[in-house]
Amino acid sequence: MLTFIESSPLLAALAAMLALGSAFGALLGFASIRFRAEGNPIADQINAILPQTQCGQCGYPGCRPYAEAIAEGDAINKCPPGGEAGIAALADLLDVEAPPLDAEHGTEAEAKSYAFIIEEDCIGCTKCIQACPVDAIVGAAKQMHTVILEECTGCDLCVDPCPVDCIEMRPLPETLGTWHWDLPTADVGPVIIASDREQAA
Amino acid sequence: MRRVHDFHGGIHPPEHKEQSNTRPLRRAAIPAQLVLPLSQHIGPPARLEIAVGDRVLGGQRLSDLSSLPVHAPTSGIIAAIEDRPVPHASGLGGLCVVIETDGEDEWTELSPINDFRAADAAQLIGHLQAAGIAGLGGAGFPTFRKLPRDGGAGISTLIINGTECEPYITADDVLMRERAAQIVEGVEILAHIATPEEILIGIEDNKPEAIAAMRAAIAGRELMEVVVFPTKYPSGGEKQLIEILTGKQVPSGGLPSDLGILCQNVGTAVAVADAVLRGRPLVSRVTTVTGHRAKDAGNFEVLLGTPMRHLLEQAGCDVTRATPTQRLIMGGPMMGVTMPDPDAPIVKTTNCLLVPTEDELPTSGAAQACIRCGHCAEACPAQLLPQQLYWYARSRDFEKLEEHHLADCIECGACSFVCPSSIPLVQYYRASKAAIREQRAEDAKAEQARLRFEARQERLARAAAEKEARRAKRKRTAMAKAADEAGADDPIQAAIARAKARRAAQDQAPAAAADDKVAKIEARLEKARAKLAADDGSDAAVSAALQKAVAGTEKKLADAQAEAAAQDSAPADAQQREPEQA
Repeated sequence: MLTFIESSPLLAALAAMLALGSAFGALLGFASIRFRAEGNPIADQINAILPQTQCGQCGYPGCRPYAEAIAEGDAINKCPPGGEAGIAALADLLDVEAPPLDAEHGTEAEAKSYAFIIEEDCIGCTKCIQACPVDAIVGAAKQMHTVILEECTGCDLCVDPCPVDCIEMRPLPETLGTWHWDLPTADVGPVIIASDREQAA
Repeated sequence: MRRVHDFHGGIHPPEHKEQSNTRPLRRAAIPAQLVLPLSQHIGPPARLEIAVGDRVLGGQRLSDLSSLPVHAPTSGIIAAIEDRPVPHASGLGGLCVVIETDGEDEWTELSPINDFRAADAAQLIGHLQAAGIAGLGGAGFPTFRKLPRDGGAGISTLIINGTECEPYITADDVLMRERAAQIVEGVEILAHIATPEEILIGIEDNKPEAIAAMRAAIAGRELMEVVVFPTKYPSGGEKQLIEILTGKQVPSGGLPSDLGILCQNVGTAVAVADAVLRGRPLVSRVTTVTGHRAKDAGNFEVLLGTPMRHLLEQAGCDVTRATPTQRLIMGGPMMGVTMPDPDAPIVKTTNCLLVPTEDELPTSGAAQACIRCGHCAEACPAQLLPQQLYWYARSRDFEKLEEHHLADCIECGACSFVCPSSIPLVQYYRASKAAIREQRAEDAKAEQARLRFEARQERLARAAAEKEARRAKRKRTAMAKAADEAGADDPIQAAIARAKARRAAQDQAPAAAADDKVAKIEARLEKARAKLAADDGSDAAVSAALQKAVAGTEKKLADAQAEAAAQDSAPADAQQREPEQA
C-alpha cells in the first residue's frame, strides 16, 4: 500500500478521490431516499402566511395553488386580502424585497366583510353553494340559502354567480367581542426639548 | 406573627378613601327600570328563558345554566330584550333584559342549603353557578369555574382578598366593617369546598376598622388568620397579594392553583354565603360612588341593572351627558374606564363609580417624548420592561412584545402614573394585547378556512373520481353487451365456435371420415408400389422391406374399405369402434 503510494502518487491520489467521491455519493443518495420530505415544505410555509380567503384574486384557484406557484417563482404581490403585511411576511420568509401590492389583482380592503344573502329574494338555485370555496353556504335546490357568518372568508366568489343578485358583501359589524382599544392617536407632539422650544417659537 | 413579604415596584398614589368610607352602607332605591346585560362575566352569555311581557319575581333565574345565568333583582315585567348601552369603554351596546319594576319587590321561593357541611363540593359549586356568582373583585371570572371540584386536593392556601388597594374605592372596606360575619360564613363555605390547610385574609393597613371587625369575626375559628401589610398599590392584584402573603411568585402564564392557592374577594365571599345559606342569587352588590362631584358620596348596596345615572343621583351627583371634563369613571382612577353613557347599568363587576372634578383628577396632558428615565421599570409590579414594551407597541412588533411577556402585564397603570412624560403606557399595552388577540383569532380563522378549503377540494376530487369510475363501468358493460350481440368479432369466441363446429361435423359424419381414410391409404399404396417398381433389386433387404410395406398397406386398405362399408350401413357402430382403431 505504502509502496504503491510512493511509487505512483498521482494514481494513488486519483484512487483516493474516486473512493471518497463514491462513498459520499452513496451516502447522499441514501439520505435523499431515507430523509425524503413529503410535499413541498416551502409551499407549506408560504401557505401558512397567505390569508386563506380562497378568493382567487391572485389568479389561482385558492391559496394553496398560489403558494405552490410562489414556491415555483411567481410574484409575491398578488394577494389583496393579505395586503402589505402579508407581502412583508412573504418577503421576510423568502428573503426578497417586498414589492407593493399589484393593483391588477385588486386593492387591499379597508374593513373585513362577509357575504349576506337577502333571503326573501333567494330562489334556491344552489349556484352560490357551488362557488363557495369553504362550504360556508347552506341550502338545497329550491330551498332558501344562507351564509354561515363564522365560516365566511369574505372572498365574494358567490356574488357573481347569483342569478337574482340577492347576495351582497357587508362589512363585519363591530361587537363587544371584537372591539378593542386603539393605540393612542394623540401621540408625542413636536419632539423638542424645553430649551429648544423658545428658539422654535 | 406571620412574616409579610414585599413585591417588586408599586406606587403610593393619594388614597382619597375618606371621601366615601366615613358613612355607613346605604341601600339604593329600586329604579323604575332595570337593565340587565347578559354578559356580566368573562365567558359566553347564557341563553334566556323568558320572553317580553313575562312577569318575573325577585331572584328568578332569567337564563339557563349553559353559562353563568342572570337573575331578576326584583319583581316586575320584562319590558324588552334588546341592545342597550352596557358599561364598556367602547360605548357599544349589548343584549340586555329590561325589567319594568313594580316596586312590590315580591320574591320567588328560594332554595338555600342550610347545612352546607353535609353537601359535597360538586353540589355546592352547581348551586353557586345557578346563583350566577362571578368574582366581584373586578375581572368577573365565574366563581364556579375557579373552585376545585375534586375536593381541593391541590389547594393548600385559601386567600381572601380584602386589600382594595386602588384609590377612592371603599366598597370592600365598608363591607368588611359591616358584614364581617357574613364574609366569614362565605369563607367557611369556600373552605369546605377547597379544604385548604390555612386561610389568609389579606387587608392593607390603611383600613383599621375593617381589620378590627374581621379579627373579631374570626375569633375562635381555626385555620383563619387576618394578615395586615403595608399599603402599596397594586397589592390587591392576585399575583401581588399571593407574593405578599406567601412569598411565592405565580409563574408567567401560570395560575395560582399551580401553587396550590385559591384567591377569592371578600365581596364574593358574601355572595357565596347569601347564595348557599339564604338561597339568594347574586342580584345586588356594594358599589362606591365617590369623587368631588358626588356631594353625598358613599357606599350603596345597589341592585344589578340599576342605571348609573339613578345611583349617581342618590349620591348627589347630577349627570347630564358626560363630557371630557365631566368624566364618569367605572372603577378607580388607576384601572377604571371612562363610561361614554351614564345610562349604562351597574353590573356584577362595578365596584366603583368615580365622578371627579377636573381639579381633582386632571385629564392627562399631551404625551411628551420618552426620556428613558426608567421609573416605569422600577414601578412595574410584574417586573416587566414598560419602556421596551412601549417602543415595541409603537412599532407593532407583536413578536417582540410577546417575548417581553406583555401577557403578564396586569394593566395596573403604575407605569403611566410615574411617567414624567405622561405617556399613556397602559393604553399602548391594552391596544397591543387586543391586537395580538385579534391576530390569533384571525390565524385560527384562516386555519379553519384552509381546512375547509382542503376538505372541499378532497370531496370534489372524490366525487369526480367516483363519477369517472361509474362512467368506466358503464362503458365496460356496454362493450360486453355489444360483443355478445356480434360474437364473431371476438377472435377467442370465434376459435371456440370453430372447434365446436368441427367436432359437431365429425360427430355427424364419421362415414365421410372413413371414406377419407380409404382414399389416403390408396394414395400411400400407390406411392409404395411406385417405389417397389423403381427398386433395382441391388439390396435384397430393401426390396424385401418395400414388398412388405406394399403388402401391409394393401391389408390396411382392405381393412379401411371394409370399415367404410360397415360405416355406411351402421354409423353408430363405427363411432363406438373408433377408439379401438386409434
